Amino acid sequence: MKNAQADTPPIISIRGLRKAFGEHVVLDGIDFDVQPSQVVVVIGPSGSGKSTFLRCCNGLEQAEGGRIDICGHTLVQDGRMLADADCNALRQEVGMVFQSFNLFPHLSVLHNITLGPRKLRGLTREQADAEARALLRKVGLEQKADAMPASLSGGQKQRVAIARALAMKPRVMLFDEPTSALDPELVGEVLQVMKLLASEGMTMMVVTHEMEFAREVADVVIVMDGGGIIESGPPATIFTNPTQERTRGFLQAVLARA
Amino acid sequence: MELDFSPVWSGWNLLLRGAVVTVEVTSVSLLLGCALGLLVGIGRLNPKRRVIYAACTAYLAAIRGTPLLVQLFILFFGLPQFGILLPAFLCGVLGLGIYSGAYVSEIVRGAIQSVDRGQMEAARSIGLSAGQAMRSVILPQAVVRMIPPLGNEFIALIKNSALVSLLTIHDLMHEGQKIISVSYRSLEVYLAIAVMYFVLTGLTTLVLRRVELRLRAGGMVQ
Repeated sequence: MKNAQADTPPIISIRGLRKAFGEHVVLDGIDFDVQPSQVVVVIGPSGSGKSTFLRCCNGLEQAEGGRIDICGHTLVQDGRMLADADCNALRQEVGMVFQSFNLFPHLSVLHNITLGPRKLRGLTREQADAEARALLRKVGLEQKADAMPASLSGGQKQRVAIARALAMKPRVMLFDEPTSALDPELVGEVLQVMKLLASEGMTMMVVTHEMEFAREVADVVIVMDGGGIIESGPPATIFTNPTQERTRGFLQAVLARA
Repeated sequence: MELDFSPVWSGWNLLLRGAVVTVEVTSVSLLLGCALGLLVGIGRLNPKRRVIYAACTAYLAAIRGTPLLVQLFILFFGLPQFGILLPAFLCGVLGLGIYSGAYVSEIVRGAIQSVDRGQMEAARSIGLSAGQAMRSVILPQAVVRMIPPLGNEFIALIKNSALVSLLTIHDLMHEGQKIISVSYRSLEVYLAIAVMYFVLTGLTTLVLRRVELRLRAGGMVQ
């Protein structure tokens, strides 16, 4: 368990995070720390604010209150966001993988991955290509380098999306329901890549409905409901002995489906 | 009464020279319209940038809300009152370009906004700035979607360019009227001019179709 290292400074620290869309309060005072190399899985019913929580962590959503420190940057302080240019620098350190992949359809697989490194890390084409091919090998898609995204399966697209995020050499990876849009038989190949990353010590925050993955890979499981964290702890505790009635209800509903 | 096309045949070199001028006027104003339309279209993407948004919206409203002929006359006959005497060709090109830019701007804005929001988010999430994301990710996808409505706009521009004959520019329309003034064969000459405009717009349609097919074949569109 990597959550034992409580004395090292957290890589993500969130205090009193608040977010509302108009009148509708989505996040209502979230406090949470993530230690380096921890895998945090966020679960909870739909509409509980999980995705918004994750998207606040790289500034895709603008928090309205509280504070977020991540990778040594203060992203949000008293509800004020970091300046746009500094946000761009921060996002290079915080990779994100989306439910709908969001590959760039007009670029080849290789070019999807090299766009960021060539524009932002100052790599030459040769360097960027070599790194991208190494990443494709890692996600098992070396032979797809020159394919266009439209020709890939969902699972392959998501693996390319992971490689694209990794190409910026991030210190934290955020996964927003990475397998929810996939056909069931394609979920495994994506989870496998995520497990590999976890085993290499990547700090990860994962919003998912894959309870098996949470049980197996997570160091900490966060249960969200109604815009707040209702419970968090090691998966063994959350899954076998949750303290909150709402957690129990949610787990019963999810596990009954499986 | 029978038709006599002999004035058309004897004046063919005039008509051809006029057609070349029409092509010149429309090409230059097309470039101006596209450049202007791109800027204004992007300027109207974000209403929170109030000054830029308001300026672009005012331009759009003014240009779309008034006749092209009036705009051309203001440039050509109105500005000299302030001592601004522009050459006729420049007036024609400016007038058509500014007019076309308004319509192009809405085409640009619509195409950009039709690109999935996730594309911008994905681009920003790897650290690209808004401008970099627009150039490398959004615009290349939007351009393909702009082509069909831009085709409409280009064709409208070719036809609207006939109005610059009233600014003493020697375009196809102007040359035709010159031939009519000496031959009195209005129907024949106007028919000939119509055919020549039809050929110009037809060629434009063909070229745009080629471009669109090529872009699609490049995998730009799903």
